[in-house]
Amino acid sequence: MDIDLLTNIFYAMVRTGTPLLLVALGELVCEKSGVLNLGQEGMMLFGAVIGFIVAFSTGSLWLGVLLAIAAGMLLSLLFAIVALGFNANQVATGLALTIFGVGLSTFAGAAWVGKPLTGFEPIALPYLSDIPLIGRMLFAQDLLVYLSFALFALVAWVMLKTRIGLIIQAVGENPDAASAMGLPVLRVRTLAVMFGGAMAGLAGSYLSLAYTPMWAENMTAGRGWIALALVVFASWRVFRVLLGAYLFGLASIVHLVAQGIGISVSSNLLAMLPYVATIVVLVLLSRDAIKTRLFAPVSLGKPWQSGH
Amino acid sequence: MSVSPESLRLQMRGISKRYPGCLANDRIDLNIQPGEIHALLGENGAGKSTLMKIIYGVTQPDSGEIVWRGKPVKMRDPAMARSLGIGMVFQHFSLFETLTVAENIALAMGRAAGTPKQLEGRIREVSQRYGMALEPERLVHSLSIGERQRVEIVRCLMQDIELLILDEPTSVLTPQEADELFATLRRLAAEGCSILFISHKLGEVRALCHGATVLRGGKVSGHCVPRDCSDLELARLMVGDAEGLESTYAKVQGGEHFLQVNELSWENADPFGTSLRAINLEVRSGEIVGIAGVAGNGQDELLAMLSGEQLLHKRDAASIRFAGEPVANLRPDARRKLGLAFVPAERLGHGAVPDMSLSDNALLTAFQQGLVSNGLIKRNKVVAFAEEIIRRFAVKTPDAETPAGSLSGGNLQKFILGREIMQKPKLLVAAHPTWGVDVGAAAAIHRALIALRDAGAAILVISEDLDELFQICDRIGALSSGKLSALTDTPSTCQVEVGRWMAGEFGANPSPIDQAAANPAPLS
Amino acid sequence: MLLSLEPRGQQSRAMLWLSPVLAAVLTLISGSLLFLALGHDPLETLHTLLIAPLSDWYGVSELLVKALPILLCALGLAVAYQARIWNIGAEGQLLIGALAGSAVAVNIIDWESQWALALVIISGIVAGAAWGGLTAWLRTQFNANEILTSIMLNYIALNLLLFFVHGALKDPAGYNFPESAMFGDASRLPVLSEDGRVHAGLYFALLALVAVWVLLHKSFLGFQVKVLGLDRRAAGFVGFREKRLVWFALLVSGGLAGLAGVGEVAGPIGQLVPQVSPGYGYAAITVAFLGRLNPIGIVFSSLLMALLYLGGENAQMNMNLPQAITQLFQGMMLFFLLACDVLIMYRPRLKAGLFKRSSAAVSNEAAV
Repeated sequence: MDIDLLTNIFYAMVRTGTPLLLVALGELVCEKSGVLNLGQEGMMLFGAVIGFIVAFSTGSLWLGVLLAIAAGMLLSLLFAIVALGFNANQVATGLALTIFGVGLSTFAGAAWVGKPLTGFEPIALPYLSDIPLIGRMLFAQDLLVYLSFALFALVAWVMLKTRIGLIIQAVGENPDAASAMGLPVLRVRTLAVMFGGAMAGLAGSYLSLAYTPMWAENMTAGRGWIALALVVFASWRVFRVLLGAYLFGLASIVHLVAQGIGISVSSNLLAMLPYVATIVVLVLLSRDAIKTRLFAPVSLGKPWQSGH
Repeated sequence: MSVSPESLRLQMRGISKRYPGCLANDRIDLNIQPGEIHALLGENGAGKSTLMKIIYGVTQPDSGEIVWRGKPVKMRDPAMARSLGIGMVFQHFSLFETLTVAENIALAMGRAAGTPKQLEGRIREVSQRYGMALEPERLVHSLSIGERQRVEIVRCLMQDIELLILDEPTSVLTPQEADELFATLRRLAAEGCSILFISHKLGEVRALCHGATVLRGGKVSGHCVPRDCSDLELARLMVGDAEGLESTYAKVQGGEHFLQVNELSWENADPFGTSLRAINLEVRSGEIVGIAGVAGNGQDELLAMLSGEQLLHKRDAASIRFAGEPVANLRPDARRKLGLAFVPAERLGHGAVPDMSLSDNALLTAFQQGLVSNGLIKRNKVVAFAEEIIRRFAVKTPDAETPAGSLSGGNLQKFILGREIMQKPKLLVAAHPTWGVDVGAAAAIHRALIALRDAGAAILVISEDLDELFQICDRIGALSSGKLSALTDTPSTCQVEVGRWMAGEFGANPSPIDQAAANPAPLS
Repeated sequence: MLLSLEPRGQQSRAMLWLSPVLAAVLTLISGSLLFLALGHDPLETLHTLLIAPLSDWYGVSELLVKALPILLCALGLAVAYQARIWNIGAEGQLLIGALAGSAVAVNIIDWESQWALALVIISGIVAGAAWGGLTAWLRTQFNANEILTSIMLNYIALNLLLFFVHGALKDPAGYNFPESAMFGDASRLPVLSEDGRVHAGLYFALLALVAVWVLLHKSFLGFQVKVLGLDRRAAGFVGFREKRLVWFALLVSGGLAGLAGVGEVAGPIGQLVPQVSPGYGYAAITVAFLGRLNPIGIVFSSLLMALLYLGGENAQMNMNLPQAITQLFQGMMLFFLLACDVLIMYRPRLKAGLFKRSSAAVSNEAAV
């Protein structure tokens, strides 16, 4: 393999990994607070379609991104009302959110399928982007990718260094104790869920406005679910989310590698790779049940209500 | 007592609180003076927890008034209580296991915590002053139960505290650890801090407290000075004239060994769990053996070994035997066929399925009693079986189709125990059989256990309640850090000695038995 | 105004069954508002969606044709969900069933024996069960979360199907369309009446219905499944075998979905095509919950779902509304159901204002 190919693979790896990174960061915060939201796929799709429609209609990509974030938050708020407010089963509510999001986005986007749009273009930083191998990967991306770097740093800092991170972790571990201590458990959880929704919406808009600037039904192709597996893979640790997102990004662009080294495999078989990789990762990571339990937020997915 | 309200630290007037289906607090009055250690006495379900949650702002009363240092206050939430100088140590600790001691304390203190460095310094200072050693940087899950309690207390003491509430603090301590706690509390009181000490153990209340308020069925049944009252007087205030208060049961020698545990060791892969080390234990047919111990010393693990929830490899099968037959590799249903019956520690979610009816819960363990044929459930027989349990063990329930989760603790425990006894077991293993159960039900459960013993079954009871063990067991031992002390005939030992076993001091220095302490208190 | 909820203390049996009805009604109301917002007459739209499709016998028979695969998948999911095994993989299990059945069928096009159909059906069931078994294996052997693995297996199954329908199973005489050859008559499910497409799959569905009902309501095995779902620790302490029950639930679930898949290709479609299923396996999730995981309830909810599918097609043809309306309604219905279910354990009470907050045992409040 020559160095150009590697440079390109690294570049594509980060591009492909970015939506996974965004969703997984949001879900990480959400799960740290003790809430399992399986609706990532639905929120992503809704973000993608809203982002596209707004950007297409107004001509403003950033307005599209903004409203995509709002769209993700709106759906996550629905989830919060049902799962946190009404104490419904979080697994079922998350599934409902995904089914709803898929339907809603397909319905809303029916008239927009296949329309052309000029999306976010890569912006190469002078000099830095010329660094061999990693220059293009880190310094010749579009603005949303740069934003994802910043958001990663922000989430890492908040979760590991601030009192807010401590509170989120406390609420996720022992909501009864947190509540007895006067921490507003439901409010913390609702905000965490909504942060997850915002990130999923943003990730959706990245897909429809930057990665492949267009709208197609189910264009997320399971990325929301893969991101959920990613959080397990990362054992709920921020830095491993970053690593995992790019590893999965790599698994999704194997066809690029295959072409590069001159192998031809059916595209349908190659398309399975990220999903197979997800299962393999889940198997490798979950085998040790005790270890998984150690890292998972203790009250993850358990309904909770105050004052009993 | 006539004291002017201004000089009182806390006064509660006519506090009432209703929950669906029960009046938890009914016009309760309570006065606490500065520097007083005041006991709140009462049985399970008497309304102690509700009252203390009201003081701490966790829940709000439906009516009544709280007067703090002469001024009426409305306790909105725990944060407000803490800002007034009220601290609380919960029975089930409100600590975060994945955080350090310092982080736990920082969370409670909010902005007042300062920088991590400052905080650590203050934690060390406070913990040394009151004789409670703590390392601020340790993760809570690596601490013992006693150490966790210290974290909770130190957390309260970090702020200017004027009232400290402790909910059954000694239930997780060995008698010796409890003495250390009392020393700390007396010192605090001497400095002017008031202490509300919630308990149902009469001995320690008399040793520690200046005044007491006794609750029964949600109402105040009396105020008294504990030192001037006898156990019996206090007990009458707590439970009224319920029978079974002073039951003593004859101690017996059993017959043949039924359960034999031989050098049972098990390495627990769970870092939060306990490993079992070379446990030896026999239970004879026709005797009750009791195992004492502070929670988390291997009880859960030993119970799982005995029930068959945790299996051993076939080559170690002989480390547990029923009537000579190796069983340690047999699953729970196979062990039941050999005569095992089992009452787990948790009634709901382990011993019974809360959302299933009583009849389904009867089927749960009794399916080998001819209630199933050709894979199909014989519904009539199941219902008849459940109704028989309800009748024989006086379970209060509308019918056999009522969900298990809607029964009171005592009634459900009677049902579970009845379900096991009806299967005519040769060995009954019961964990905390009367935990959280009212006195009437506890007495009924004790009588049922004694009757089963007298009918020739081998019985093993694991409990944290020393009074109960001394009352019903023929022989007794204690678990500590996964090791089991030697078993001794109950009449020839005392609570102080068993307390030493609970702390891990097995044998070595057999001290003269303090007969006063050996005399079991009348309540369980 | 605040809606406060106070615990009933015990679940309300009436609400248990009223809640799905309420959810359906709320879905219709929200749907009408949506149509209104889009400039359609809501009554007319609802008529197109829900009434017009059933205006003749052909419509009713189409309803049955659509309900069959949904019913089969949902029955299987009910068994898994009763054990709290969140099998989201009915779609993939259905596709694999269709794929395997087709692989057999195109190789025995010339057979005339009635064993041809049996062989096709059985290979579909076995393949679906095996696909479900994969999830069981990953869960029992490696402790891998079944929600994620079964979803991933859906995507893998779809790509496998596409791979074969574009490759090995493509009809050589089919002008390069991604379709298999038409099955031989002996491997097709016979049509039951002249004026419709209802096929012998109906008998399989009825058989499955009775079997699942007996399993869940009469058998000790079903009891064990339910105990496992409600209370894993209780199941452990009496010695129910968790791993075997997980295997059982997923095999049944997968087998029934596989049957649904092979029933489609051997029934109304007659060959393998890329769009074997318009998301029946996902729709079955909503159907299973809406039917309260009860076989009888599921009969009704799968008919309702089939009607939504028909109505969606109808609305697209006649009113130019996107067919995705079906999925949209699915999602709404499940959402409303979960929200209404709060009424099973709680009694709603309207409170006049904000100032008299939480004097009673109010634990949950939602601004309305």
